[in-house]
Amino acid sequence: MNHRAIRAIYLFEMARTWRTLLQSIVSPVVSTSLYFVVFGAAIGSRISQVEGVSYGTFIVPGLIMLSVLTQSIANASFGIYFPKFTGTIYEILSAPISYFEIVLGYVGAAATKSIILGLIILATAGLFVPLHIHHPVWMLAFLVLTAVTFSLFGFIIGIWADGFEKLQMIPMLVVTPLTFLGGSFYSIDMLPAGWRTVALLNPVVYLISGFRWSFYEIADVSVSVSVGMTLAFLVACLIVIWWIFRTGYRLKN
Amino acid sequence: MAPLTRPPGTGSSLPPQPLPLSLAAIMSSIISVANLSKTYGSGFKALKNVSLDIKRGEIFALLGPNGAGKTTLISIICGIANPSEGRVLVAGEDIQTSYRKARSLIGLVPQELHTDAFESVWATVSFSRGLFGKPKNPDHIEKVLKDLSLWDKKDNKIITLSGGMKRRVMIAKALSHEPQILFLDEPTAGVDVELRKGMWEVVRGLQQSGVTIILTTHYIEEAEEMADRIGVINKGEIVLVEDKTTLMQKLGKKRLTLHLQGKLDALPQSLSHYKLDLCDSGATLVYDYDTKGDRTGITSLLSDLRTAGIRFNDLDTTQSSLEDIFVDLVRTS
Repeated sequence: MNHRAIRAIYLFEMARTWRTLLQSIVSPVVSTSLYFVVFGAAIGSRISQVEGVSYGTFIVPGLIMLSVLTQSIANASFGIYFPKFTGTIYEILSAPISYFEIVLGYVGAAATKSIILGLIILATAGLFVPLHIHHPVWMLAFLVLTAVTFSLFGFIIGIWADGFEKLQMIPMLVVTPLTFLGGSFYSIDMLPAGWRTVALLNPVVYLISGFRWSFYEIADVSVSVSVGMTLAFLVACLIVIWWIFRTGYRLKN
Repeated sequence: MAPLTRPPGTGSSLPPQPLPLSLAAIMSSIISVANLSKTYGSGFKALKNVSLDIKRGEIFALLGPNGAGKTTLISIICGIANPSEGRVLVAGEDIQTSYRKARSLIGLVPQELHTDAFESVWATVSFSRGLFGKPKNPDHIEKVLKDLSLWDKKDNKIITLSGGMKRRVMIAKALSHEPQILFLDEPTAGVDVELRKGMWEVVRGLQQSGVTIILTTHYIEEAEEMADRIGVINKGEIVLVEDKTTLMQKLGKKRLTLHLQGKLDALPQSLSHYKLDLCDSGATLVYDYDTKGDRTGITSLLSDLRTAGIRFNDLDTTQSSLEDIFVDLVRTS
């Protein structure tokens, strides 16, 4: 194991985070705060409680997940796409480092960044609404699992993308709609029966449901199903990455 | 050459056994390319059955026109492209099965200027050292940056540097992990004359410290100036590999052409001991000679010609350059 190489990639990527602090940390925090103001305070005050929790409090786990999902994908896809774009990938490919170690460096950094971000948003939320976390360990476990899984997914997008447009396409056209429709702002029980069935096809529903359960012990689907679905997506991403490196897809001629 | 280890059980009093030839060859050559072929997805054959040995400690210049396969060959050895067929050993380690050991010995400076725009020089060079698994060593990085006249730029962002400086940053990155082999893919393309000479000095210094250097170039004078051996590649095939001195002897050949006043049917017997050719149906006489020899034989030839009564209107001499040899090879291959 080339520990120093993993460390080098990890620190390099983290350095990029600190260098772009405004864009990578401050801007998601600002936009999440706006959600609290608009949904939690303005609209939420006219909505009665959802499953025994005030509306402002109810949306906290969904909002954190929204940021963690999009930021994990953005960080990891940009992290690997940029060396491909500038050509500096030559050095990674010619270094005495295994594919597993490359993934560990890039995905580790992307996941770390979105976990930090998730915790900052949680702290910010605490300023707006009263929070009580029933299962803090499970909460952290869901946070880490989601950050890692979607960083892996972002890594795949970064390898696949051969232009900035493609890099934006999946997060904009697929992930954001799935997150909004995944129960960030409502319980899927609030949907009509037909739409509920459709909603259950959305993988993000399981993530948000599990995460919300760790806060308030209320869930749209059972927790074990949430964990199972997240793990299944993680494994799927790992298989795709294994295939990418085995074939050199978009990396090596 | 690496020290040979004695087989277990042999006492020090025994005379050293000669190595089998193949093993000796492997040990003296630091890179051994055997039957390497590369076909791209488009069907383009970039390399065709290339075999090449690079000797430990030499400067090897790989010459070839654009698209000859120079960069593909380097990319495969360094792990950036996959070979279609064939095998490459670096210090006896297979580049595919033992890639960690093989790659850790190699520093690569690619042709294009690929740099991280927003990193500082110091950060990017230190990153390369870590990537190759070496522990931190600020003294070494400092030495590399000073050798390449980059020390006063160490805190500058790369984006603020000139093209020549970026090129040197890339060399610094390649040297950061103390490689035994350095690949320089067109290191002086677009670099001004003064800087080019500076780079040559750096390369010579590296060779003296035991680093093997493989450089590709378009500039033939660069190969002439730097290389111990020269290889020519064209259309994916190695056309020639030769010691520079041997090539220079070929270069030393000059040709004297005498345009005769009257045509000759045959050479007179008195001139038969000269290597003369009668050309243009007897109108010109061609004499090849070696400028590096003790005697060119020109004086005696001219006096013998006069004795034989052969007169000429004009004469000219031409010298074959490495460029002529190169162009000729590339055209005929």
